[in-house]
Amino acid sequence: MVGIGQTAYGKGLPDSELSLACQAISAAIDDAGLQPADVDGIAMFSMEDGREVDVARNVGLGDITFFSQVGFGGGAGCGVVGQAAMAVATGQCETAVAWRARKRSAASSRPWAQVSDRISGHHQWSRPFGVLRPVDEIAMLTRRAMHEYGYTRDHLANVALAFRKHANRNPIATMHAKELTREQYMDARWISEPLCLFDNCLETDGALAVIITSAERARDLPHPPAYIHSFAQSIPAQHQVMTNYFCEDPLLGPSWTCARLLWERSDFQPADVPVAQLYDAFSPLIPLSLEGYGFCERGEGGEFTNDGALEWPHGRLPTNTSGGGMSEAYVHGFNLVLEGVRQIRGTSVNQVEDAQCSLVTSGEGVPTSAILFRA
Amino acid sequence: MTTSEEVTLLLPDLDDDTSAPFWAGTARGELLVQACGACGVWRMPPRPMCPRCQSISVRWVPTNGRATIWSFIVAHPPLLPAYAELAPYNAIVVALDEDPFIRFVGNLVTSEHGGINEIDPATITMGESVGVVFQPVGDVSLPRWVRAET
Repeated sequence: MVGIGQTAYGKGLPDSELSLACQAISAAIDDAGLQPADVDGIAMFSMEDGREVDVARNVGLGDITFFSQVGFGGGAGCGVVGQAAMAVATGQCETAVAWRARKRSAASSRPWAQVSDRISGHHQWSRPFGVLRPVDEIAMLTRRAMHEYGYTRDHLANVALAFRKHANRNPIATMHAKELTREQYMDARWISEPLCLFDNCLETDGALAVIITSAERARDLPHPPAYIHSFAQSIPAQHQVMTNYFCEDPLLGPSWTCARLLWERSDFQPADVPVAQLYDAFSPLIPLSLEGYGFCERGEGGEFTNDGALEWPHGRLPTNTSGGGMSEAYVHGFNLVLEGVRQIRGTSVNQVEDAQCSLVTSGEGVPTSAILFRA
Repeated sequence: MTTSEEVTLLLPDLDDDTSAPFWAGTARGELLVQACGACGVWRMPPRPMCPRCQSISVRWVPTNGRATIWSFIVAHPPLLPAYAELAPYNAIVVALDEDPFIRFVGNLVTSEHGGINEIDPATITMGESVGVVFQPVGDVSLPRWVRAET
């Protein structure tokens, strides 16, 4: 990983999603010290508005010899980066771009609000009963985790407060200037009990992009590369997207399957990881991911968050050090990828000293992916 | 709930071939589960192929409609307008007594005619026993749940 770039974050940005994507990609190419014509590979979210051809024609990319898409929204962030890296490794392209652009700040643009009144497919088993939004779908699993594992609202507050503290030190974070106290968390309005306002991610307009090239070429470029040390994707057996209530053990989410291959391929194990960016569309995904990726035993993810464990600089595992989806920006988790790279470059605003590796995960609760970066 | 509110709720597409027999069942007052026509394993949600034996043969099996609450939420706005009018309301996931790996999303209601916002959420407990009732909404009969008589 040799280049990172992004637009400003905002609400109601005037530019189109395609324009935001092109601006971020262009910035990432500059950061990598490359020219647009050097890019010959594309890996993108299937949910993007702009198509491969549109992006290539706007940014002035060269002849493209590899292009691929990954589905399932927030699960795709590490997926597109990993697909790009595999294409570089197998010689299908030399230098690839991956990105996410979103315009989500308008209430009318939220996918759950864009439903017809007749539902087919798997949503017919949940939406008629008022399980409408992603937050409802995850709240249902959260209540189950509270029952089976003993997760508490205090555990979820630990998550929200840690990420907010990180954002308070990050000048570009949406919540940079807004402190959050435990009392404010506990008094916040409900969205879908047991989840309150502060258990939810932000809704953000913005775009972020990264450039991936071969290790050999990376040596000649301006920034120290973040090597893609290990990569995995997963769809667990009998998984159902978000409303994963129908398999034998719904709390064993996609993280568990993803983690197996990730650590099998890695020289580092969870105990060696000094910093993590864990997908945080909702606060309970953090304890579930801590368990899935092996930072604690099954059922202990809530307890793990105690004693400032997630907080920079002194916690056992500083997590979402830019503020994450809950306090920096929610761009389908792609800001987590860039922060994972910054931790390797040594340029995070909440830099973990001498981080030799850095974990980034994508959406828990959907077909997912994860990357371990290495210095 | 008034009729005008009910018909603006989201409803299943009754032309979806895979699930049409389920909704035909609820219209008759039956809670059916899809079972493999070859190996007999039950599955939910319904789908064309048995993941265990790969048969595409399907049977629909009546259940006794008894279950326990596996999880629940209480939804608050922002919500689609028809649901916002009812909020806060509960939604539950139940596990069937006859096969606890067969689960349904529904709502806990006071009676066959009760609304989804009439039970005090503070009284809902994990594992409590419930029985199915069928509530007509528009042209669909939705399976919802009442507390089992003790």
